[in-house]
Amino acid sequence: MTIKGKAYIAGIYEHPTRHAPDKSTAQLHAEVAKGAIEDAGLTKADIDGYFCAGDAPGGVMPMVDYLGLKVRHFDSTDTGGCSYLVHLGHAAEAIAAGKCSIALVTLAGKPRTGPMPPRSSGAEADFELAYGATTHNVYGMCAMRHMHDYGTTSEQLAWIKVAASHHAQYNPHAMLKEVVTVEDVLNSPMISDPLHRMDCCVVTDGGGAMIVTTPEIAKSLKKPLVRLIGHGEAMKGPRGGKDLDLTYSAGVWSGPRAFEEAGVTPKDIKYASIYDSFTITVLMQLEDIGFCKKGEGGKFVADGNLISGVGKLPFNTDGGGLCSNHPVNRGGMTKILEAVRQLRGEAHPKVQVKNCDLAIAHGTGGLLGVRHAASTCILERV
Amino acid sequence: MADAKKYPTPVTNPETSAFWEAAKQGKFMIKRCTACGEPHYFPRSICPFCFSDKTVWEEASGEAVIYTFSLMRKSATGPYAIAYVTLKEGPSLQTNIVDCDMDKLKIGQKLKVVWQPTDGAPLPFFTPV
Repeated sequence: MTIKGKAYIAGIYEHPTRHAPDKSTAQLHAEVAKGAIEDAGLTKADIDGYFCAGDAPGGVMPMVDYLGLKVRHFDSTDTGGCSYLVHLGHAAEAIAAGKCSIALVTLAGKPRTGPMPPRSSGAEADFELAYGATTHNVYGMCAMRHMHDYGTTSEQLAWIKVAASHHAQYNPHAMLKEVVTVEDVLNSPMISDPLHRMDCCVVTDGGGAMIVTTPEIAKSLKKPLVRLIGHGEAMKGPRGGKDLDLTYSAGVWSGPRAFEEAGVTPKDIKYASIYDSFTITVLMQLEDIGFCKKGEGGKFVADGNLISGVGKLPFNTDGGGLCSNHPVNRGGMTKILEAVRQLRGEAHPKVQVKNCDLAIAHGTGGLLGVRHAASTCILERV
Repeated sequence: MADAKKYPTPVTNPETSAFWEAAKQGKFMIKRCTACGEPHYFPRSICPFCFSDKTVWEEASGEAVIYTFSLMRKSATGPYAIAYVTLKEGPSLQTNIVDCDMDKLKIGQKLKVVWQPTDGAPLPFFTPV
């Protein structure tokens, strides 16, 4: 049993807002749902599957009621920012099994307008909560150890932000459109060593949505055909504290599974959407899913290698989470959306990859240095 | 300063209460599985490695080294050093390094456990030796 080629992404929509004090979170979900349904050329009544995560107010039952959906399949798996990359894989499984035929996946929220609810915790609460783990300092700890073990430098990390900024200048909706240099990144204030402010992603209100459907229905619609040909997911945590190693992520397991199912290798990939909550997130993911050897990510990302039209692996050509959008502090959805734009040939002409027929969208969710999930999706233009 | 900081009181539960009772005596406890021999932290009743229920409490030395750390430059309660430290007995755990010159911390640096008060049982932290 494989999901290879059994599900197509027929509709996408990214909300243009980056600050939405005048809208409700549920309203943003509805607006992105409407956008994706219209992009596919479908109507709401066609939707028979719905996927959402922890950002959906009240969870899946209130959302289905609010949106006025009638569904026969639903899934509210929450693995933080990569939830939507997990949902894409799960939607493909459900479609392949005949459990639904047109699935809607939504993400939306307003962290820029107001504070987010605290992260929930598990059995570890008494043993960890007092120590003030935040996204910044936990990813900082990953970067600190990566530098110690492999000689990775702040200059190399800065190149990731520089590449994202080169792409963001062409995205009219990007929150940060200014092209920056390695020196700009190094001169930005230290937030949590060794990560500077420009090593961190933006905080934005907004959202995105996609429609996942069967090959037959996708072919009956008018959009260029984009299908999922491989998916992998995995989790990693400190697991009792044995052999702790913060220099790799669960991507070391999700990536190979996805490539094996797709029957392709990292060398075949023309465009990569890589989750960029921080620069170190990108560097570790590129190593973990096989674009370079472990420890060689610093050399791989340096000197513009991730800039479209310049380097060997164009990444996050919308400007990514580092410059454009990181709605609800969850970047998985926008990773899929830009990969689909590239495969459709709908990216900005200045960053569109020529003959882009194979792309990857990969992300992690939760806290990379603590408990996290990873999901890898390999997408093909038909 | 770390000493003035108000830390949350451990909620505790039947599975972990022995840890917090020992903490009140200044003893830092870990769990060890007598079936596979592996120690682990934080404590579970069932071994996370071999899934045996033959786990026992063991007093740890309180000695550790820094695996990694990050200096949180700004927060509502001031700067702090978060870290993963590796105990002499093997397991690594998340903590803060306190009573130290934060700019001189280094991976591999030797530490010992120190306790900070809460309204209930004290919490374990680490400081350079």
